[in-house]
This record gives sequence, structure tokens and C-alpha cells, in this order.
Amino acid sequence: MNNFLESTSQGLYCIPGDFHIDPHSPVERAVVTHAHSDHARWGCQKYLAAKPCEQLLRLRMSPEAEFRFLPYGETLTVGGVRVSFHPAGHILGSAQIRLEYQGQVGLITGDYKLGTDPTCEAWQPVRCHWMVSESTFGLPIYRWPSQEGVFQSINQWWQECRDAGKCCLLYGYAIGKSQRLLAGLDPTIGRIYCHGAVEKGNEAYRRTGIALPETTYVGSVAGKHDWRGTMVVAVPSVHGTPWVKKFGRCSTAMSSGWMAVRGARRRRSVDRGFVLSDHVDWQSLLTAIDACNPETVWLTHGYAASVARYLVEQGRDARVLDSRGRSEVDEDAADEVSSNERANASIDPAPGEAKTP
Amino acid sequence: MIRFAALFDAIDRTTKTNEKLAALVQYFGDANHADAAWATYFLSGYKLKQLVPTKLLRIWAAEEASIPSWLFEESYHSVGDLAETLTLIVPPGEGPDDLSLSQWVEQRLMPLRAMEEVDQRDAVITIWKQSHTQVRLVILKLITGAFRLGVSKSIVTRAIAEHAGVSSDVISHRLMGIWKPTASFFQNLISKEVQDTIASQPFPFCLAHPIDHELGPECIGPAKDFVAEWKWDGIRGQVIRRNEQVFIWSRGEDLMENSWPEIESAAQLLPNGTVLDGEILASLGENQVLPFANLQKRIGRKAVSNKLLKEVPVVFQAFDLLQDAGEDIRSQTFSERRQRLEQLLSSIDHPNLCCTQLLQGTTWDEWAKIRDRSRETNAEGLMLKRLDASYEVGRVRGVWWKWKVTPYTIDAVLIYAQKGHGKRSGLYTDYTFAVWDGDTLVPFAKAYSGLDDSQMKAVDKFVRQNTRESFGPVRSVAPALVMEIAFEGLQRSPRHKSGIATRFPRIVRWRQDKKPEEANTLAELIDLLPSIE
Ligand SMILES: [Zn+2]
Ligand SMILES: [Zn+2]
Repeated sequence: MNNFLESTSQGLYCIPGDFHIDPHSPVERAVVTHAHSDHARWGCQKYLAAKPCEQLLRLRMSPEAEFRFLPYGETLTVGGVRVSFHPAGHILGSAQIRLEYQGQVGLITGDYKLGTDPTCEAWQPVRCHWMVSESTFGLPIYRWPSQEGVFQSINQWWQECRDAGKCCLLYGYAIGKSQRLLAGLDPTIGRIYCHGAVEKGNEAYRRTGIALPETTYVGSVAGKHDWRGTMVVAVPSVHGTPWVKKFGRCSTAMSSGWMAVRGARRRRSVDRGFVLSDHVDWQSLLTAIDACNPETVWLTHGYAASVARYLVEQGRDARVLDSRGRSEVDEDAADEVSSNERANASIDPAPGEAKTP
Repeated sequence: MIRFAALFDAIDRTTKTNEKLAALVQYFGDANHADAAWATYFLSGYKLKQLVPTKLLRIWAAEEASIPSWLFEESYHSVGDLAETLTLIVPPGEGPDDLSLSQWVEQRLMPLRAMEEVDQRDAVITIWKQSHTQVRLVILKLITGAFRLGVSKSIVTRAIAEHAGVSSDVISHRLMGIWKPTASFFQNLISKEVQDTIASQPFPFCLAHPIDHELGPECIGPAKDFVAEWKWDGIRGQVIRRNEQVFIWSRGEDLMENSWPEIESAAQLLPNGTVLDGEILASLGENQVLPFANLQKRIGRKAVSNKLLKEVPVVFQAFDLLQDAGEDIRSQTFSERRQRLEQLLSSIDHPNLCCTQLLQGTTWDEWAKIRDRSRETNAEGLMLKRLDASYEVGRVRGVWWKWKVTPYTIDAVLIYAQKGHGKRSGLYTDYTFAVWDGDTLVPFAKAYSGLDDSQMKAVDKFVRQNTRESFGPVRSVAPALVMEIAFEGLQRSPRHKSGIATRFPRIVRWRQDKKPEEANTLAELIDLLPSIE
């Protein structure tokens, strides 16, 4: 890519610093943007991440690994490369990684979103010479509705279910989405219960000092229980499994950026789909790139080719980051997007004449 | 309009029939007659003729979203639904929505068609500016003529019946034929008083249930309670003779005018007040039925040429009599109706209007043997009808059964894949299959149903990892997966590379036990062609 960053089958590699960024497989030294499993891989020897990411990363990585955490904005020099972390607004502790080497500034955004989120620090622009940006939702059909409006609909749905004597099952990834949902729920409507993986995430959030409404671990409820009117926040992978049977009559909902499109909503076969994403939508992606104003922007994830082509037409030097080594399968489908959505998002048909048989 | 959009949402959201029904009943309870009439119209599957060319809508949407047209097309490809893409891509509007469904349709949508392009553009952009997602989607679906809702006609009928307190059969009959979606129509539709039949109005069709191949016919009862007829592959229709006029309706409730002059002229001989149910068939004479492909040549022609009349002669094979001498006899038993049918048709004695043959047999075994010979006569199998049953509305269990011959099957290799639409959008679920011709694979069928969700995902993953080339949305993949493809019939077709077109191809199972070289050959496929073409 340039004199200090290389795209390898194991992910991005910083040549003078001799470390990988969000590696795809276990490596010696990993600098990670955030604790989601497709970014922080299990089995690396050393991890470097932003300070607010500590609780989540320790929760998910092997305790045998060596960890180091840097507060946002502080710099560490590794092999002549100045490394610092800057808020990405994606989930708690998520960071954009700034690398400076011989007067050149590079930025790797990791996953990010603009706007406010009560559970993490807001994204900040970082001026740079080149930038690697995610483009998971890089199509103009993705335009996030206001967060307030979405929470209003979620709480209204809860109220309606309560009045109809149903239990609400709300699906979100174990860390990040679930806590953002919790922070937006109105606890005066009823009691909130969480799936085990979510509850672990909650604890890490609370230890970091993020306020969340009171929750109860579903597994701690013994025997027969009246679930009517309650809200259960769970990971999407439990949908349709025997685990959900105990709640009796319930209404299910998925919250994700993919829910903007009806086809994706139907494929999930949930009763409701709430459009709530922790990634940039089309407009905020363009806004972010303009704010960081790099000479070159590399796009990765999702509709990278479309975004790159659009930016080039707008006069920017934009390229698709070749990430062939990247696994299309998310081991932990319960977090982040599911593997098929990831797969769906990461390949786009090559342009060319349609030749149908 | 908000109410109608909410109904659309509520039905779209659920797969449960009782929830759909409840949403419909509530809608009909809340809506005024004019709105309810339009809702009934759209829910019955009727569409407004295209109001604005979709080509223009795409251009204007791209302009409003400030994006190039290629990006619009890519977005469309990702969403898989044009109206939805047009809804999502233009920044959301705001504004009052105090117009009701009928006002929207009559005042704002229908006038679009006659407008000049510039005025159309202004009107459409105003609609965008004044609508938010939920309402906008429904409006654009109406404008593009793509409004479709996952709700069957029988559920809509039941909902209206429940709302009106009138029986479903009556509502169903009143919804047949041609009607205009007006307040007064809806008022009559739900009226408790009996109305006179409109001359052209057909009766709701009685539909057959399939017999499960594994279970066989024994499960439907003793053979002596049934009669058997050939199940022909033609066009189901009703021939109506009333007020000196003849009307021929298809099962899709299209009035077929001028398409079947030989049947029309034969039907002139029927007495007024007659309704026959039967099948239009291409036929060279007594039971010399030709494959459906021949009939296809006569469909969709404005006028039938003399040459075509000679080449593809048609007959109406009646199998039921619904109205006789002005009397609705649907509640009589099959035996009684059949007797009256035979009497009526023998009194006319016209070669283009005949009666189906009842097949000899008294046991399931005897009929099974006859059924095995279906393909020799170009039939699809047998129809079994209960002797003591009345003529029911819709697909009522236990009255009529179709016992089809087991479909043809071929093991084929998956060679192309394309992303699906709707429920399957985003996944590679539309496949093209090929058979061997020497050492090359020749595509012969497209199929997109038959796999369960987990298999669909597995194939999707395979496609992504084994793509050889991409041609626009289509990917060619390494020939590795073998699937068993079933189809109802086949015919020669110069438009297909293989020279063969199959009817209703679908995936029966994924043959993970087979290697691609074990798939069938083109010669084996050609062997299945019918003997009388
Ligand atoms: Zn993430
Ligand atoms: Zn990610």
C-alpha cells in the first residue's frame, strides 16, 4: 500500500512497527481497534488497544496474552512509528488507529459511526494523509433514522407487547449493540432481563463506568416465571432455538442496520426490525472522509467497490483494500453481523456485461 | 393513507394467517367505503396501469439523491425491489398526510399517467418531499404497478365477510368478474341483501388438493367414493351463456375475448343460464390432446389467424355444470351435476364442446395403472372427485384431488448463480443447472426453490468461494455441486441452449453423494420428450 503499511493474508501489517492491525488470524503483536471478534482475534501474544476497551478485551481474549492499553490521544512509539487511539464511536473502547511515520499520517478507522451514543465516546475526525475506512453500509439506501425515533418505536413496541400480555425478545450483538439498546430502553415499562453473553458485556460496561438500567441474568431465574410484559435482550443466535421457549408468547425484534431493507428483515424472520446501526451510513461515511480529508482513502468491508468508484468520480483518490485473506466466516456469529451478512456485504459483483445463460 | 400503509406493514410483518386476517378486519372496520373499495381492489391483485415509466423514476430518484445512475442500479440490485429502492434512496420527506387511500389514488396518482413528463416529474418529486418511508413505499408500489401483498384472495374475502357479516361464498361470488373500485361497489359488496347475478359474472372456482406421492390416494378414503378423470394441462375456464351472450373466463379471472372463437361459437348453442366449468385444450379430436406448448401459441394473440386455427384446434372439455337453466346447482352432488352435464352436452352435440371422460376403475390399484400411462396421452395424472360432494369455493380439502404422475427428474450440475429477490435477497439462491453434452455442460434449467435455509446458506457460501467469473449480477461457479431437478414436462425450444425447455423446474434435493461427472446427459434429457409433440 505504501512504505509502512502492507495488506497481507493475515490483515494489515505495519512494516517498521512490526505489528498487525485487527489481524485475521493469531499473530505475535496485534493492535486492535475494538473488541468485536472479527477485529480482536483470539490467540495473539500481545494486544495493544485503547484504554476504555480494557474490560471488554480482557473479557474476550485469553488471560495468558499480554495487554497494553493507551488512553485516547496518547502516543506510543513502536519501531519509529507513533501509534495513538482516537474515539470511533462504534462501541465502548472502539478506536481509530492513527499511525505516524516519517511525516506521513495514516488512519485506520476500524468500525465507526457518527452521532451520539450514550455508551461510548463520540467519533472524532483525524486529519491524515491516507485513511483505511470501513464501508459496510456504503450504499445510498442506508440512511439511519434518528436514534431518538428508533428508541421511541422500541419502547412503544414494548408497551404494546406488555399490554397484550407478551414478552419482548430484542436481539442485538452481545457487546456494543445490546448495551446501546439497554441505555435507550425505558425501564418504567417493565423489568429487563439479559442473555448470559449480554450480561457479561453489561458487567464490563459497568466496570468501565457506563451507566445502564438494572438488568437480571435470565439464567438466574429459577423455575416457572411469568415473563409477560418483560423485555429480554439476547444475542441473535438464540432466535428459533429451544432457549426462547420458556418465555411463552413473545414478540421478537432484531436491531441492526440491515433492517433498513425489508428482504433482510424477512430473512431474519423476526416480528419487528429496528434500524439501529453502529456503523456509518452512506452520508456520514462521506462526511467523515471529507473531515479527515486524506489524499488517499482505502475502503474495506461491504460495498467498498461502489464507494471507491463514487469517490473517484468525485475527484478523490479512492481504492478498494484487497482483503482476500479475510475470512468470510465470523466465528462468533452472535456478535457483529452474522456471517452470511458479512459475506453478502463484502463481495460486490464485478462490473461487466450481464451474460445470462 | 397512513392507515393503508400500516395495514401493508402489518401484513408484511407477519406470516400468521390469523394476524393477517385480524389486521384486514380492523382495516375494513376503520376505512370508509371508498377506501375499502380501493383496498379490496389492490388486495385482490389488481393494479393501476403503469403511471410513470420506471426508467424516469430511476433517473429522478438518482437526481434527488445526488448520485450517479450506476450507483442507483447497484443499490437496486442490492435491495432487489424497485419501489423500495426508490423509497430508500431519496432523502425522507415530511409533510402532512391527510389524504385517504382513495383520494391519493384518484386525485394524485391516476392523473399522473396523462401528464407531460415535466409535470410528472414535479408531481413525483412533490410526493417524495411530502412522504416518509412507510407511506412512500406503498405509494411507489402503486405508481410502479408492483403492489403485491402476501395475502391470499381467500383471506381478503374472509376478512370482508367477517366485517360485513355476510357469508364468504357470497362475498367471493360478488368479487368475481369485472367491477370498479367505488364506494357504491363496496356498499353492495357488503350488503346483506341478495343481488341479481350480473350476466358475465363467473362462479368462484373449486380447486383441487395434491395427493402426496409418498402417502398415495388411500389416505383420502375408499376408491368407490370417487370418480377419476385425466388431469389435463390446459387452461382452466368457465364458459357462461347468459342473456344471449357468451363469456369465457380463465381461472385467473381474465375474461378471454376473441381467443377461442370455436368454443365461443359452440357455446352459442347452450341455453341461456348455463355455466360450465372445464379445461381449454389443444386437441386433434377425441382425446388426442396436444402438449401445452401448442396452446401457448394461441395465448396472448389479439386475433387468431385462420392458419393458427387450423394448426392448433382447441376444444372445451367440460367437467362440471354450475348453473343449469338459470338455477345455481353448485350445492347438488357431483353425481347429480354430472348427469345434468352429460344430458346438456349430448343435446348440443358439438365437437368443440365435449365432456371429460370418466376413467374406468373401482380400486386405487386400477387407477394407479391408468395413471402410469398419463404421459402417453399428454395428461399430467388423474383428477379424483368425490361423488357426493357439492361444488365448493376455493381449495377445500377432501373434495377434489389431483394425483399427478411423479415428476421427471434429472441430476444436474450447478453452473451459474444469481442473488435472489424478496425473502432471498442478498443470498445467491437463483441457480442455473446444466447437463453434459460430451465434455461440455449445457445449461437447461433455472431453479430457485427446493432448498432449506441452511442449505441455501451453504450454497451461497460455496458460490462466493468458487466464483470463476462475474457477468453483472450472474456468477459462473466451479462445476462441483450436483442437484436433483424435478420438472412437470418438457418441450423443444430453440431459445434455449440445450434446445429443451422444462416446465416448473425445482430442486428436489442436493445430491452431495454425487460427483459432477455423474450428472445426467443432454441425450438422457432429450429421451424424456413426449412422443406426440
Ligand atoms: Zn465492530
Ligand atoms: Zn467489524
